Amino acid sequence: MLWLNVILQGVLTGGLYAMFAAGLSLIFGVMRLVNIAHGDLIVLAAYVALMATTALGVNPLVSLIVVVPAMALIGYALQRGLLNRTLGEDLLPPLLVTFGLSIIIQNGLLELFTADSRKLQAGAIEVATMQVTQGLWIGVLPLLQFAVAVGVIAGLQLLFYRTALGRAFRATSDDPAVAQLMGLDTRHVFALAMALSLAVVAIAGVFLAVRSNFDPAIGPARLIFGFEAVIIGGLGNLWGTLAGGVILGVSQAIGAQIDPGWQLLAGHIAFLVILALRPQGLFPKVSG
Amino acid sequence: MSRVAHATRSSRVGLVLIGAAALALAAAPAWGDRLTLRLLAEMFTFVALASLWNLLAGYAGLVSVGQQAFVGLGGYLLFALAMFAGIHPIVAILIAGAVSAVVAVPVAALIFRLRGAYFAIGTWVVAEVFRLLASQVSALGGGSGISLPAAVVLAMAPSRTMRELEIYWLALGLMAIVLAAIVALLRSRHGLALTAVRDNEVAAQSNGIDVWRLKFAVYVLTAVGTGMVGALIFLMKLRISPDTAFSVNDWTACVIFIVVIGGIGRIEGPIIGTIVFFLMRQTLADLGSVYLLMLGAVAIGVMLWAPKGLWGVVAERFGWQALPLQRRLVIAPADKHH
Repeated sequence: MLWLNVILQGVLTGGLYAMFAAGLSLIFGVMRLVNIAHGDLIVLAAYVALMATTALGVNPLVSLIVVVPAMALIGYALQRGLLNRTLGEDLLPPLLVTFGLSIIIQNGLLELFTADSRKLQAGAIEVATMQVTQGLWIGVLPLLQFAVAVGVIAGLQLLFYRTALGRAFRATSDDPAVAQLMGLDTRHVFALAMALSLAVVAIAGVFLAVRSNFDPAIGPARLIFGFEAVIIGGLGNLWGTLAGGVILGVSQAIGAQIDPGWQLLAGHIAFLVILALRPQGLFPKVSG
Repeated sequence: MSRVAHATRSSRVGLVLIGAAALALAAAPAWGDRLTLRLLAEMFTFVALASLWNLLAGYAGLVSVGQQAFVGLGGYLLFALAMFAGIHPIVAILIAGAVSAVVAVPVAALIFRLRGAYFAIGTWVVAEVFRLLASQVSALGGGSGISLPAAVVLAMAPSRTMRELEIYWLALGLMAIVLAAIVALLRSRHGLALTAVRDNEVAAQSNGIDVWRLKFAVYVLTAVGTGMVGALIFLMKLRISPDTAFSVNDWTACVIFIVVIGGIGRIEGPIIGTIVFFLMRQTLADLGSVYLLMLGAVAIGVMLWAPKGLWGVVAERFGWQALPLQRRLVIAPADKHH
């Protein structure tokens, strides 16, 4: 029962990692951009939520109404004003610019909010639990987080394959030049993709901030978790990233149960083993 | 007979200037005080790290954000070898280079499965694994780190002044070796292949260059140099901990900014970048995190508006090169009348 519980906790944490991964996977899919500042943007979202909850006096989960559009706006502006200029054949400019951005966000947050650990208080829901069977309890908040993750991924999947915007994303992804010829403004499409990515980041950031302590320096580790989930799941497959997140979460939970010092190491090792045995990931998108 | 020439007038001037600078630096203990020497030695380690990263990213196209893996590995190897095997630190630096090569082979085999930007994050994961493993080794201080025992330090040289001189020349020597090795590599047949890969990987491949093997070799060679510089850095610091040894900010972010600001894909870039970096640090370091923030902004600005860096701007404007690396076809007069 102990191990069942450990695995269940790992699965639920995996939902959060899948949300880290979905935003990363989305922009890579549309514009082949790997955003090194992704983790720091998750932390930025947590601080935006901190400001929103303090200013408005609302529950962090309610603050999503403000945080999601705010982050989406930041994403649109960032892409239009900065990142669009870096896109091209050479992969170095986007990589280095987002790396610089990561350093700027980290140190900016450090300057504004100090290095103190923060946490968002969500009230009674934080400690609420449900009994599954004899001896197996499940937290309401982790369950909600997992359900939201599944909802986010299902929503992205629908958006990609059932809407006009999704069609624009896929067209731009396949061939930006032809998409532009067909009347799509690729700069606008890229900016919308980044806005959507940061909307997902906002949700992930709020759940991160409610579930655990955060400070300006924890961004890079979140980037790495998201990246590992993407690679484990297989590039370009949104449901794969959920599976990747779950595998990462379960590996960390099992590692932590053996020895607390092994939590992160176990996750990285699971990633490296999968990279060695199945470099295309567990569920790669069929390449056409 | 036509021949390929490397040198230009500016590179001859450059060589003379570099020779003069090398002499002045070697004689620095005669004109500089203790603080100057310490600052210069630190600059030498950054020139070496930045030149190695430049070789990796600027020439081989392997953008790594995980070189701290080898800085930390070298540092920890120095501490382990000196403390548990009683090996002299200078010998330990050499062994650290050899062990780094051995470690780099399986690491490269694994992360070379990732392409482009994903490769970059893969290198970071490896560095994180190294950091977490180092914090598990309680004999080396675990997560909180350890100081180099006084006995090891005293065994290097009996007096503090002599020790500081020894470390200064060691840093200068190591930088010189790293730079000379890179120049020799770039002037060789492999260097020509590497430049071809830098300019167009597909075209290089179709001309018969084994791109994968070339990149693999550059990755391992860079690891050797980075491991040795890492060992030296922590010999200078006398204290090591997982967070300082595998710091992405110190050994990768700053190094990348140095190369980008100075000029990526050019041998002179990292040297110019280091000078600018230290000028900024000496004048703005009091600002703390604002300083790093500005550094990031400057690097983004350079990347967007002068992607070839400061030296790139100068080199293109005036056609300068400080080291004889270009290849020009010199056509002998007899050939001209065909």
